[in-house]
Amino acid sequence: MSKAIQSCNDFVIKFANVNGSGSASANDLFARSVIRMGVPVAPRNIFPSNIQGMPTWYEMRVSAAGWLGRRGGCDLMVAMNPQTWDKDVAEVDPGGYLVYDSTKELPRAKFRDDLTVLGMPLTEMCNRQYTDARQRQLFKNIMYVGALTALLNIDFAEVEKLIDEQYRGKDKLIAANIQALKLGWDYAKSHLPCPIGLRVERADMIGERIFIDGNSAAGLGAVYGGATVAAWYPITPSTSVVEAFTAYCRKYRTDPDNGRARYAIVQAEDELASIGMVIGAGWNGARAFTATSGPGISLMQEFFGLAYFAEIPAVIFDVQRGGPSTGMPTRTQQSDLLSCAYASHGDTKHVLIFPEDPYECFELGARAFDLAERLQTPVFVLLDLDIGMNDRLCRPFSWDDSHRYDRGKLMTEEALEAGRDFGRYLDVDGDGIPYRTIPGTHPTRGAYFTRGTTRNAYAKYSETGADYVYNMERLRRKFDTARSLVPAPILVAAKQPTAIGVIHYGSTSAAMNEASTLLEAQGIHADSLRVRGFPFADAVLDFVNEHEQVFVVEQNESAQLRTLLINEGEFNPKKLIRVLHYDGTPITARFISGKIAAALTERKIAPLRKQAAS
Amino acid sequence: MTYLAKPKLIRPDTPKNALGYTRRDYEGAISTLCAGCGHDSISAAIVQAAFDLDIEPHRVAKLSGIGCSSKTPDYFLGNSHGFNSVHGRMPSVLTGAALANRDLIYLGVSGDGDSASIGIGQFAHVMRRGVNMTYIVENNGVYGLTKGQFSATTDKGSKNKRGVVNTDNPIDLVGLALQLGASYVARSFSGDKEQLIPLIKGALCHRGPAFIDVISPCVTFNNHSGSTKSYDYVREHNEAVNRVEVILPRAPITAAYEPGSLRRVVQHDGSVLHLRKLAEDYDPTDRIGAMNHLHERHSLGEIVTGLLYVDSSAEDLHRHLNTVEKPLNKLGDAYLCPGSQALAALNDSLR
Ligand SMILES: Cc1ncc(C[n+]2csc(CCOP(=O)(O)OP(=O)(O)O)c2C)c(N)n1
Ligand code: SF4
Ligand SMILES: [Mg+2]
Repeated sequence: MSKAIQSCNDFVIKFANVNGSGSASANDLFARSVIRMGVPVAPRNIFPSNIQGMPTWYEMRVSAAGWLGRRGGCDLMVAMNPQTWDKDVAEVDPGGYLVYDSTKELPRAKFRDDLTVLGMPLTEMCNRQYTDARQRQLFKNIMYVGALTALLNIDFAEVEKLIDEQYRGKDKLIAANIQALKLGWDYAKSHLPCPIGLRVERADMIGERIFIDGNSAAGLGAVYGGATVAAWYPITPSTSVVEAFTAYCRKYRTDPDNGRARYAIVQAEDELASIGMVIGAGWNGARAFTATSGPGISLMQEFFGLAYFAEIPAVIFDVQRGGPSTGMPTRTQQSDLLSCAYASHGDTKHVLIFPEDPYECFELGARAFDLAERLQTPVFVLLDLDIGMNDRLCRPFSWDDSHRYDRGKLMTEEALEAGRDFGRYLDVDGDGIPYRTIPGTHPTRGAYFTRGTTRNAYAKYSETGADYVYNMERLRRKFDTARSLVPAPILVAAKQPTAIGVIHYGSTSAAMNEASTLLEAQGIHADSLRVRGFPFADAVLDFVNEHEQVFVVEQNESAQLRTLLINEGEFNPKKLIRVLHYDGTPITARFISGKIAAALTERKIAPLRKQAAS
Repeated sequence: MTYLAKPKLIRPDTPKNALGYTRRDYEGAISTLCAGCGHDSISAAIVQAAFDLDIEPHRVAKLSGIGCSSKTPDYFLGNSHGFNSVHGRMPSVLTGAALANRDLIYLGVSGDGDSASIGIGQFAHVMRRGVNMTYIVENNGVYGLTKGQFSATTDKGSKNKRGVVNTDNPIDLVGLALQLGASYVARSFSGDKEQLIPLIKGALCHRGPAFIDVISPCVTFNNHSGSTKSYDYVREHNEAVNRVEVILPRAPITAAYEPGSLRRVVQHDGSVLHLRKLAEDYDPTDRIGAMNHLHERHSLGEIVTGLLYVDSSAEDLHRHLNTVEKPLNKLGDAYLCPGSQALAALNDSLR
């Protein structure tokens, strides 16, 4: 029998549950308890596209080092789903632990010799304690949290406190939950070998950080960014963006005098209507957004082209999932880059933003509205399921109260009255961005006809080649201007000068940061650059130029960011090496470092020192 | 085709409305449609209606989809912002615009292809949502811009120019609008401006979704014998249920009618609709009755026109959403951004 795993503040625990059984809040309580112990956790939901009765897993990494990427493997399995028992038991690392409901006796063959098996008769305990079926179900979950508290040596008072905060004002619920928690705790204390080899020890590794999911953060970002109109159509994994926006609007945007709404949210009949409403609102001077996922992006294509060509601000939160088609609706991927970057027919290019975590979903989400109005164009904020639907530890949100919304180049009533020349599509400042008027600005001046057909600089219909070319060249200039306005990339330089670079973006950063240290431990030094926007800033292009090999780490099958880099930067494709993870699970540090190390060996590239840069 | 500017000469005796504007101030660019196209008559009716109602041109936003009909917003109300969007999707763009600023008058113009074929989904949903707008379909029973294909409103049995008979059942947009909750529903004919102008005026004054199906012959592709949307056919089969006159709140009531033949409907803005009955027992406030009447007369081959239904107490989308009185696009940072203090408190709740 392998030795039982011994680890303090560094392990992976996985809960195998049945969808719809109320396990989510219990698992969340457990994660927060560990955080209250001062130890970082990174939980991830793994769930099917069903509401009830299907298996779900909640995989939680406890990492004193603060790594928030998925680690892989499993040290402790809380096996609560008989349906997936065999698979769940098989998944535990040798020497690991198995917590299960021992009410029904299971044959010996159903277990493994190399695991520490920790049974407790949860169903029996619940049936004895409660008569109501729903209560039996819900409190069973709290009971196992109680047991884990004892097994992992978590401070019981911290969990109690969390329950207290969660149900404040509902004393009955507090008492009932704490009772269930205590029952689990007592049982473990008197029947199981507490603590086991995996332990949570009090630390001080959380600091100021907050714990929230990216979709909620994006919804909050839209509130702070000044969005007043949201139109959407439900789709996993984006739905909770608008749900959060709705909740935060109720809280922050209800007029205190009369209870009326300083926002309008419409659940449209489909994604075409959603984006149509957003464009209508943007045209009419309100900040508007939609939230969707891949299939919605596909449906919205024609409208993206209209907004691009007619130059109308819009913000689109695309929470990416596995494609193509309906694909893997509840799994994560970064596979909409190309369908967003070049969305719609004809020569179009769009602005993209890649947040890495909830902090940036808020920060860059809010900033997207300034950018959309400054550039008068759709701005895509590309989240993915991994950051969108999982709680993540991140920096606390911050807001500069002196910041004023950048409404972009607006012709005012005064300017029109003073007789200033107004050409809706005229490049007056040389940055490709024209002035616009909002309908209703001036009784007799500044009205123009918006259309997706070609026009001259004064918005008059024109099929003249020169007018068309003027417009297209101006749009190109405008896109160039965008390069310096999108969020700048973030460089993490290796400890030593190196000719190896790694480019990554979005949710990959958690795994990438860890991968860098894994590589460094093998003597492989690589500079890494996190791209945060498209069109690419100069710093991105320079980074590629300054390194001999550049690995591009992505969570899609066709290397979409690499394609964008090659296309926009005109790089030699050989220089950009694919590191692709796309099975629907979040990428891991082990995967990245393994692929990079293997590729370097294969290419016989010793981790060379960088040629002296002159 | 490039834009042609209209000459700006105004004679001193040109009539002006209460705002001091002439009819010319409500006109747009010169139409590029075929001479005799019904759509141009509708544009003229819109110009007249806006002039008569003393509407400030910049208080109107005109939106359309794609088609000959959808081009027309360029040809009227040149001092109003216009938006020629994409095929079949004007309703959503209009909805978004209306959400952004509840104070403007929204005028949607579409075609039968635009609204009944590619755009039937958005047509249906904009009606059921109660968007405050005037929605005009310039219905010629054909795709004009793409050169004469049958549309979804082409009557079964109607022949195209080459003699091919349409075998599909038609969609009646009036029936749909009635069923889906439009609160002002009318049908008219581009060749009858006496009927059309007041109907447009009533719609522009109405709060809530006002829909007008205007039969508007396409002289190039659908004006031959055998077509049920030709000038001749519509003239022969037109059965108006009433005649409407719109009385603005400030105007004195002058017309005298026979007692019993007149019905008054007061709208939200105080404007009064005078409905002079033509069809016996027709009650334009009875939605079910209106639908029955339409079905009945349609089976007899009649084209029922007039103000078919009006509900002057209906609620609109903004009311449903309980939005603030001030247009959302005019709310400043201070009204929208909760600020750093609220954020600090929120951060605390997330630890
Ligand atoms: C997505 C899309 N498909 C097809 C077309 C081509 N198209 C332009 S107008 C039109 C039909 C318009 O018919 P209708 O709305 O009845 O307008 P009319 O020209 O008859 O006034 C079509 C099919 C288009 N512009 N966009
Ligand atoms: S083709 Fe028909 S609908 Fe189009 S402009 Fe000519 S007459 Fe009018
Ligand atoms: Mg037509």
